[in-house]
Amino acid sequence: MGFIIDGILEAVHLIVTLDPDVIEITALSLVVSLTATVAATLIAVPFGASVTFNEFPGKKVLIQLIQTLYSLPTVIVGLLLFLLLTRHGPLGFLGILFTPQAMILAQTILVLPIMTGLTITALSGVDATIRDTILSLGATRLQFLKHVVREARFAILGAVALGFGRAISEVGAAILIGGNIYGRTRVLTTAITLNTSQWNIGTSIALGIILLGIALIVNTVVTIYQQR
Amino acid sequence: MKKSIFVLFAAVMIVAAFACGCTGTGDVTPTPTVTPTAAETTAAPAETQTLLIATTTSLYDTGLLDALKADFEKKYNAKVDILSAGTGKALGYGENGDVDVMMVHDRAREDAFLEAGHGIDRRVFAYNFFVIVGPASDPAGVKNMTPEQAFTTIREKGLADPATVKFVSRGDDSGTHSKEKAIWKAAGFNYSTDIQKSGEWYIEAGTGMGATLVMADEKQAYTLSDIGTYLASKDKITLVPLVSEGDVLLNVYSAMQINPEKHPGVNSTIAKDWINYLITPETQKTIETFGVDKYGEPLFYPAAGNWEKIGVNQSEVEDPVA
Repeated sequence: MGFIIDGILEAVHLIVTLDPDVIEITALSLVVSLTATVAATLIAVPFGASVTFNEFPGKKVLIQLIQTLYSLPTVIVGLLLFLLLTRHGPLGFLGILFTPQAMILAQTILVLPIMTGLTITALSGVDATIRDTILSLGATRLQFLKHVVREARFAILGAVALGFGRAISEVGAAILIGGNIYGRTRVLTTAITLNTSQWNIGTSIALGIILLGIALIVNTVVTIYQQR
Repeated sequence: MKKSIFVLFAAVMIVAAFACGCTGTGDVTPTPTVTPTAAETTAAPAETQTLLIATTTSLYDTGLLDALKADFEKKYNAKVDILSAGTGKALGYGENGDVDVMMVHDRAREDAFLEAGHGIDRRVFAYNFFVIVGPASDPAGVKNMTPEQAFTTIREKGLADPATVKFVSRGDDSGTHSKEKAIWKAAGFNYSTDIQKSGEWYIEAGTGMGATLVMADEKQAYTLSDIGTYLASKDKITLVPLVSEGDVLLNVYSAMQINPEKHPGVNSTIAKDWINYLITPETQKTIETFGVDKYGEPLFYPAAGNWEKIGVNQSEVEDPVA
């Protein structure tokens, strides 16, 4: 038991003294996951809207597929991207394996399905009378979209928060694609894996507390905004 | 990867707890009717016992442990479960009494572990060598240097031109990482100030040997590897061995059991059996020939008869554990 208490004490020390390594790892985690979330949002919202408001053959199948990909395992995203980005792979010439850019790409792909799917749900959830009203007032297609997205913004924000949560907490793709390189691609999750393997329990606990703290802050902000 | 091993470990422990209901061999009554085949070795207990070993990745990834455990399981009516981890983690498991036996390769830390009373009955069973591998083009020109010279040169050229000369370190507190640090020290450098944060050329991978070799290959960088893992990965990567001579590259593997006085939960009887099994002439012969057919050269050398060469006491190599 002693080692857990020691670990927690060390964690508190590392956090309150703003340990430079801990700060750097946390910052990289935030940069990678926030960028991936923004990129995924920019793709998922327009894509989700076009799926929601267009009728085409195979629409149901597509939505089903998107929902199936909610449970896309992170290591599979990692594996696929690794195969593409390895020096001998088709995109090997880019030379981005084991870089933050590749990690952003992996996380974007990973959270796209869940964000697209939840965007579709959010937009479909906008009351039909509101939709009809917007249309009956003679809105152009773009104005219509703008207003419906505005109506659904809280639900869409929830989707974004969920996507961010999934991005920052995943480890499978981060370690396969990033490689956990000190000072370059080491993020909170891969650092926890490594520090536990080195038996640096205190550091692991510290990073775990930070990871949970980030989740807490993001969700609190979203909730406050939604309740306004 | 590590996550899945953890889950597997938890599952194994739960299953073992239910299936066995006992941790020590005290509860096990030896079977009165021993099968004729087992009679010549040890009286096999009626119930299958589980031995949990924490091991350094090289012994596991090369397949040596799998080769050794099959025979042991049959002879001792045991089930051997293997947790493959870096030396740092293996020692951590040992400190907490999570495993019965540890098989690692880091003399200094093993000694500290024994001194702290966590482990007993250390026996040396095999050795081989570390190699410095790198791109066939050898951009730093270190081929056939001494390990210390090679490291010094890689650092110098890496600092000057990190685009062409890089070094990938395990950076994970493993036995191999300890060895790397020892070579930097032998070459006259302070690891944390001269090496670790000295620039772009030095990459701390923070992962296992196989993954580190892949990363070094991707980056066309130099790295330090145990020869076994290198040979086992040789077909998948383009790196070649450049420095393989030098006393500092010696790599000695040992086994020890976790002190049952400190951790009453460990299965001491089967742990002793395993350590003694490792140093029998038959097992030593298996180690000597392991992998020769596949790789054209041995991955490990038996410690028996070579105790002087690897700088340990004869008793650490040959005396069975009482």
